[in-house]
Amino acid sequence: MNRITAIRRLSDEVYRMEIEAPDVARERKAGQFVIVQTDLEWGERIPLTIADADPSKGTIALIFQTVGASTHRLAAKAVGDAVAVLGPLGNPTRVWKVGTAVCVGGGIGAAPLHPIAQALKAAGNRLVTIIGARTKSLLVMEDEMRAIADELIVVTDDGSYGRKALVTEPLKELCSLPEKPGIVVAIGPAIMMKFCAETTRPFGVKTIVSLNTIMIDGTGMCGGCRVSVGGETKFVCVDGPEFDGHLVDFDGMMRRLRAYRDQEDAAHEKCHLELKLAELEAGRGSTR
Amino acid sequence: MTLTRDVLYPAAAAELARIDGKPLSNKERLAIPHQEMPCQAPEERACNMREVALGYSAEQARVEAARCLQCRNAPCVAGCPVLVDIPLFIGKMRDGDFAGAAAVIMKTNLLPAVCGRVCPQEKQCQLPCTVGKALGGVEKAVQIGRLERFAADFAREGRLVPPPAMKPPSGKRVAVVGSGPAGLTVAADLRREGHDVVVYEAFQKPGGVMVYGIPEFRLPKEIVRFEVSALEKMGVRIETNFLVGRTRRLKDLLDGDGFDAVFIGSGAGLPKFMDMPGENLVGVFSANEYLTRTNLMKAWDRERALTPIFPSRRVAVLGGGNVAMDSARMALRLGAGEVRVLYRRTREEMPARTEEIDHAMEEGIFFDFLSSPTRVLPDGDGKVRALEVKNYRLGEPDASGRRSPVGIEGSEHEAAFDTVIVAIGNESNPLLARTTEELVVDRRGHIIVDEKQKTSMERVYAGGDIVLGAATVILAMGEGRRAAAAINELLSK
Repeated sequence: MNRITAIRRLSDEVYRMEIEAPDVARERKAGQFVIVQTDLEWGERIPLTIADADPSKGTIALIFQTVGASTHRLAAKAVGDAVAVLGPLGNPTRVWKVGTAVCVGGGIGAAPLHPIAQALKAAGNRLVTIIGARTKSLLVMEDEMRAIADELIVVTDDGSYGRKALVTEPLKELCSLPEKPGIVVAIGPAIMMKFCAETTRPFGVKTIVSLNTIMIDGTGMCGGCRVSVGGETKFVCVDGPEFDGHLVDFDGMMRRLRAYRDQEDAAHEKCHLELKLAELEAGRGSTR
Repeated sequence: MTLTRDVLYPAAAAELARIDGKPLSNKERLAIPHQEMPCQAPEERACNMREVALGYSAEQARVEAARCLQCRNAPCVAGCPVLVDIPLFIGKMRDGDFAGAAAVIMKTNLLPAVCGRVCPQEKQCQLPCTVGKALGGVEKAVQIGRLERFAADFAREGRLVPPPAMKPPSGKRVAVVGSGPAGLTVAADLRREGHDVVVYEAFQKPGGVMVYGIPEFRLPKEIVRFEVSALEKMGVRIETNFLVGRTRRLKDLLDGDGFDAVFIGSGAGLPKFMDMPGENLVGVFSANEYLTRTNLMKAWDRERALTPIFPSRRVAVLGGGNVAMDSARMALRLGAGEVRVLYRRTREEMPARTEEIDHAMEEGIFFDFLSSPTRVLPDGDGKVRALEVKNYRLGEPDASGRRSPVGIEGSEHEAAFDTVIVAIGNESNPLLARTTEELVVDRRGHIIVDEKQKTSMERVYAGGDIVLGAATVILAMGEGRRAAAAINELLSK
């Protein structure tokens, strides 16, 4: 098991967690992910992309949003608690010099995007980064991205911060410039990646997306993560997680992501109530 | 027909009273009725996760053991991949020395309670049994597997398993990749020789296919835990959540971490699919996924487990092996109203063990022989609505010697299902080969080994499904045994 060394709540639903995992910290490269489990007996195996790592401290950083029962349980952990971590999994991002690289991060997709953006910058590219979220409180990694990007564009759906737009609007503008981007990397919700790919397609700009599908083992055994890419079935855990966005069957993938929605909603609801109850009880204990 | 304990146990007690202490001729031994395995009643077990087979009584074990003729040439031993001294252990069981019998088995088989349950004995030790041959059928052979199971359970439940003798520390270190049957066998054999052994397992629990694949109702996980803990007591270290190839490269184990040799027993790989339209629809699962969700992740316990399982009413299982039987029977236990196994050939050609097929049929699983799907058809929501199924007839024997199925044109028809479980085997896992350039694999990705299980890399050995493709627990153990002997030879130089 791996000890949690730091937890920071970035917004209502978004957490940054540092976990001791020296082997993973040493081996991981941009684009790879881990599987985290809070409880070895009953817990779910949650695939999460690695946001950062510090090999000297032997820690990795994960940024996640509480979207269901399992991520809620992860968020409820405290510094010093242990979770199980397996990784690094998946293939590292292939990084080379293309000229201008555009990195598009939607919501917490900005977190796994950061090391990739860093690597693209280090490879000698001009780095333009677009980060977007539904609303200001869900934006993450703004400062980190500003520190490495030659140009940073921030958008929110509701206009509560930055430009009021979807990420695809500035992306389209960038693709329309005389000097087109050499590569676009888009990470975020499936629907956002789909529309990023649709935006760049007419311009013929190579677009890489990082898929986060349903997964059990993450090591090439269960086949739950399969997705159709260019008409061929691929396994996200061993063939990905990154694919050519113009070839991914996003509609099929989104249907598969919804396979357990009813059960997940029910579990989420139950978990919410349990945590609320625990908070109330804890609150009562401390105030009286 | 399923026989219950209240029928079988008293009958065996009466039979034992008749023969106990009497010198018996071979003819008299052949006349002793062969002992059936008592099972939970089908309608009862189809609704619970508990083990189906309940095990012999001590009387049954002694009566069954009395059927053994103690053949000098012991054809049964030659049929056992790990060469258990079968006549010797059965001889001890005849006399009621069950602990002694277990000790004999454990000299060559570390996992007797597992093998007694899941080995295909009818194709191995029991196939050449003289008793079966004399009585005209392998089903009449001495029930070696059931006896092994009884001896192993007796020793385990009575905590009578003595720690195996170990040689003094050799100062050599071996890394084992994967904690399935092959890896555990290697670990045990090398630890006994005094080597330091570390086993790396990618999942959160050790046991490999015995934990994620074979269901609780066929192999209780408590037994796997016990057999693994015996290994840990010997001083074998097991590192879970560690994926060799990713967490640490294979070469680094040898060059950086000071291991003198590595054994790769990483097991089954990517599940095979049929390559038919609609296979990525919601409701289509590989057997690997379906079984891992339910076994390892315990999704059958909907109250406690966080891993969900798809709610199914009508389930189609594609394939005819043991994994197909496990998937079908699991789906039934999870509450499916109707489960059908679709197989292109007939019952005769099914690779699953006879006992598993019988159990599945008794539980109410339907078999559609000579049929196989051509497409998965969606509802408006991207979920499985039906299969388009084609009928087959048997043609000439193919390379495997089995009569090959020939599709009947125009026979396609629709059959309504909401869940499809594909159980047609696995490809190899590409991960180690992709991250280890020096490791030579064949066209299908299986690691190539020589007759001593050595790979193309010095000091690296491999065995089990990563070499064989999908095989059995005991064949993997046999390969592990051979690899351990070769590694020991290497380390003794």
